[in-house]
Amino acid sequence: MRLKDKVAIVTGAASGIGRATALTFAREGARVGVADIDADGAARTAGQIGERAIAIPFDVSQEDGWTDAVGRTVAHFGKLDILANVAGIGFPGSILDLTMDQWNKMIAVNLTGVMLGCQAAIRAIRDSGGSGAIVNVSSLAGLIGISDVAGYCGTKGGVTTLSKSVALFCAEQGLPIRCVSVHPTYVDSEMLDPIASAVGGRQAMVDAMARLVPIGRIATPQDIANAILFAASDDAAMMSGHALVIDGAQLAGPSSAHTKG
Amino acid sequence: MSGRVSGKVIIVTGAAIGLGTAIAKRLAEEGATIVRTDINGGGDVIRQDVTDEAQWQTLIDDVVRRHGRLDGLVNNAGVADGKGPPDPEGALAEDWRRIYSVNVEGTFLGCKYAMPAIAQGGGGAIVNMSSIGALVPTPFLSAYGASKAAVMQFTRSVALHCCEHGYAIRCNSVHPGQVRTPMHVDLIARTAAELGIDEDQAAEAFLSKVPMKKWQEAVDIANGVLFLMSDEARFVTGTSLVVDGGMSLTN
Repeated sequence: MRLKDKVAIVTGAASGIGRATALTFAREGARVGVADIDADGAARTAGQIGERAIAIPFDVSQEDGWTDAVGRTVAHFGKLDILANVAGIGFPGSILDLTMDQWNKMIAVNLTGVMLGCQAAIRAIRDSGGSGAIVNVSSLAGLIGISDVAGYCGTKGGVTTLSKSVALFCAEQGLPIRCVSVHPTYVDSEMLDPIASAVGGRQAMVDAMARLVPIGRIATPQDIANAILFAASDDAAMMSGHALVIDGAQLAGPSSAHTKG
Repeated sequence: MSGRVSGKVIIVTGAAIGLGTAIAKRLAEEGATIVRTDINGGGDVIRQDVTDEAQWQTLIDDVVRRHGRLDGLVNNAGVADGKGPPDPEGALAEDWRRIYSVNVEGTFLGCKYAMPAIAQGGGGAIVNMSSIGALVPTPFLSAYGASKAAVMQFTRSVALHCCEHGYAIRCNSVHPGQVRTPMHVDLIARTAAELGIDEDQAAEAFLSKVPMKKWQEAVDIANGVLFLMSDEARFVTGTSLVVDGGMSLTN
């Protein structure tokens, strides 16, 4: 039990990486505040876990929502040790395709949501006597530019350096809180569903994505949850400010295709 | 409860001392069968000079014959110091060659001979020990830092090579910061002597560069290696795992 006696909040936990993370945390002994803007989805994930979870539906882009969600979690489980900021949204499009509405929504959830979560979690972990980590899900798109996902890259790049700043702040203050960002490549989750129809169906899309990943497939939510577990657990006690890449060697470098005629 | 690397046969080099000992112990605790090697062999540690190509071939053959398989390799053996000064201007070519021979060629040879053996058994993982020295300038350890950067880069080539050849072998580098191993104790002692200060002062100067203000324990590094060796990291390859208390952020 790698998270024995720990209390965690996981956002975006109605589906995909967030749900896999909440279930993995619970399996490893944590009690979990299951957060999502989708209240029914949050309740379903919490129900799968049982008594060791509560559903805390809220919108991560709203400061009041964080105050309430963290307050309820600490009131119910006595403290907070871990926050996994998983909630995120993405709209495809180049810099010229982006609408203000898409941009504002991505900034609100992906960047403001993570920032508010870090603030709320640092205060709650400190004040409740907890110790642990904040794990922010960024993306490969938080480390490199991608022409046709420009806005998403902008928000995820912000998460990368925000996480390092949070890591340094907590270290400087002597707080028992680490901060790590996690950088997945394509993940086979519900987040892909809205764009599947535009690119010839889900399987065609997943196959096309897999061809871009050297290891030959795209990630599963569990692959990413495993890394979030490691980063959140005391196994990573001296890891802070690190960008943990889970990408099947996609960033390792260009393939050798050019040598094969 | 089964361990996180149960049933895996893993070679750890440089396992008689320091990080290698801790890595071998942690992997064994989680169920792996560990083959320990070191330049200073003895007891259950096999004597191996990682710069000797023939010894690698013999070692891998022996492990596969005895255990029936090879699932992993931790290229941990490394050296930091030479006979001459460590700075870029004063360093001796002979020291550079020696440090490169152990740290870079040793890692290359390990990967070269482990890859086919691991692939034959259906896949596994290789971890190459790099260092924070690959990520920040190290004029006080110039050959070491450069050699560890080479290890990091070579790791990515191995990772891609394995993907392209369908080997199901993952390869990653691990980057410890300040761990009080015998190698680190030597560094502190040398720094103190050079600066004419006592060793506590020299140690404090190093620690002041770690934002978390704690030395890493060897087990902190071993836990990172364990994660990468385990099937939990089945999608993690060609990357660099930094366990440094935040040091690379500020230096």
